[in-house]
Amino acid sequence: MLEIKNLHARIAEDGSEILRGIDLTVNPGEIHAIMGPNGSGKSTLSYILAGKEDYEITEGEILFNGENLLEMEPDERAAAGVFLAFQYPIEIPGVATMEFLKTAINAQRKARGEDALSIPDFMKLVKAKSADLNVTMDMLKRPLNVGFSGGEKKRAEILQMALLEPKLCVLDETDSGLDIDALRIVSEGVNKLRSPDRSMIVITHYQRLLDHIVPDVVHVLSKGKIVKTGGKELALELEKNGYADYTGAAA
Amino acid sequence: MTTPINLTQAETGLVDRFDAARTGLAGSDAVAALRASAAGQIKAKGLPHRRVEEYKYSDLRAFLKSAAPLAAAVSVDEAKAALGAADMLGELDRYRIVIANGSYVAELSDVAALEAEGVSLADFNAALAGDKGAALLAQPKSAGTDGVLALNTAFVQGGVVLSVKAGAEVSKPVELVQIAVSEGAQVTRCRVELGEGAKLRLVETFAGKAGAGETNAVFDYDVADKAHLATTRLMISEGAGAVLATTLSRIGAKAELKTLCFIAGPDFTRNQQFVAFAGENSEAKIYGVTLARGKALADQTLIVDHAVPHCNSREFFKTVLDDDARGVYQGRINVAQHAQKTDGEMMTQALLLSEGAEMANKPELEIFADDVICAHGATCGEIDEDLLFYLRARGIPLEEAKTLLVLAFLSEAIEEFAEEDVTEILEQRVRDWLAAK
Repeated sequence: MLEIKNLHARIAEDGSEILRGIDLTVNPGEIHAIMGPNGSGKSTLSYILAGKEDYEITEGEILFNGENLLEMEPDERAAAGVFLAFQYPIEIPGVATMEFLKTAINAQRKARGEDALSIPDFMKLVKAKSADLNVTMDMLKRPLNVGFSGGEKKRAEILQMALLEPKLCVLDETDSGLDIDALRIVSEGVNKLRSPDRSMIVITHYQRLLDHIVPDVVHVLSKGKIVKTGGKELALELEKNGYADYTGAAA
Repeated sequence: MTTPINLTQAETGLVDRFDAARTGLAGSDAVAALRASAAGQIKAKGLPHRRVEEYKYSDLRAFLKSAAPLAAAVSVDEAKAALGAADMLGELDRYRIVIANGSYVAELSDVAALEAEGVSLADFNAALAGDKGAALLAQPKSAGTDGVLALNTAFVQGGVVLSVKAGAEVSKPVELVQIAVSEGAQVTRCRVELGEGAKLRLVETFAGKAGAGETNAVFDYDVADKAHLATTRLMISEGAGAVLATTLSRIGAKAELKTLCFIAGPDFTRNQQFVAFAGENSEAKIYGVTLARGKALADQTLIVDHAVPHCNSREFFKTVLDDDARGVYQGRINVAQHAQKTDGEMMTQALLLSEGAEMANKPELEIFADDVICAHGATCGEIDEDLLFYLRARGIPLEEAKTLLVLAFLSEAIEEFAEEDVTEILEQRVRDWLAAK
């Protein structure tokens, strides 16, 4: 599904190096958790996967189902099946949520050579998926993310994910800003999307999220490199001992 | 005391045009005197130019290279044919009043249906010939010796007087369409009078091609006590001409005026408004949506006179510029010394889609009262990269994402204007403009 080979990247504007040789292979159906302290490069990795232009790749490559991901535009990546659930979903005043969802779904369908969804089919789909995530009609009537609470924004992100049915889901600190109930709703939404042909990369600081979304593999990212890889028990160990062992190890 | 100036070719042409046309122009002796005086102003001062404060960013003298003759009168059939080819409002269910090549065409206007709704129509030229003709050319103090108004007064070819009787609420919007059937300057003046408690929704459109001559249209609104007037002006036309519109508004007590002027015009477009509160507890909501590309200049200029206490005004203007286009917003709220409890809020926002685009934002407050709430603001920026990335990360291609964001930016004004009849028409116009790139 995804192969990252020796990826080096820096911030285009000031040249500071963030990623220093990442190797990561994610097979279909697997859930990989990436944990690490602040500033280790977790969010940068997620942005680079989605195609944000603020970074410069200095070395390495990313293959997505055999294709060179780095040569694709952000919208092409999305149509190919990459989805980033943003850590801070952006408010867009003046863009109605429903209009946005319809535009996004149909743009992806068009890119894949499929017919646009009819309005009744679209409405039916949104109604079914939003009920699971406790996303109300009232939220859907508002401009995109405007006036949403932190939890509402995260639920709306997962709703988008459920509607767009991506092949690779990248969840960037989806647990941040969530209370216990919201965490449960969001995690259930994510778990519903688990399937043998869908992979996920779950980025988080805390082991708590991984109680709900149980990973197959856990990686520790520190100073732009993966310094340790293990099973789900690695997350528990980190929760107990902190990152000190690894930040030291990488230095 | 005026020093004689060297007239440009266009200015000399305008003076000659007046001499050639004056005997054929409508009006009483008093009107003829006003026309001559206005033409004298052109001869003495020329066209408004960049050293005239109000035209600093919109130099009409530099733009107008020559003066075309006034557009010739056309037959009803010619006007009808041209109108059929240039429908600006599509399916909108409305009444229509037609002005073709500067003259009112009663035969193509819904005279009887409007009469039944309490709206009477009269030819502006017939009114100009009457005892009160000169009063029809009166202008507010805040307009000073405005050059565009002077051009209009000198040359006005015709127009309509629309009166809504007290208490009448017109059930459908009324389109006042001005169509350029052939080349030549089109100079019109329309008076819109609302009786006490009357309600009217007006849509003013310009159709046909802006050719060699200038289009100069004045709209004079008189909104009586408790009346409501909502007007949408579409300054959308093709071609390379100058399109100039002036609004003069007088608002009575407990009344409401709401306007939106949409500009997606040819090379030189100016919409200027002089709004005056004449009665207490009234409200004016003035909106503007401007789109310009190429080398076009689009100017929204506005003076709101809070001459009496307890009135609210809201001014909200949005501008989108591409290529080497220039946008101008000049807005001033005047609050007289005794106009206490005035509430005024003015905002102008511009979105620049290219490096070469340029916006001049000039919001001003002039306040002599001491118990008022007044605010103004101006912003100018590019499309937010983070918003664009978010949309693209969901699979929306670049151009479509930009369209969504430009529409979102402009929709704030269009939706706050909240005239449902025209919301979809305006948003479609924005999409068309973006797609025409």
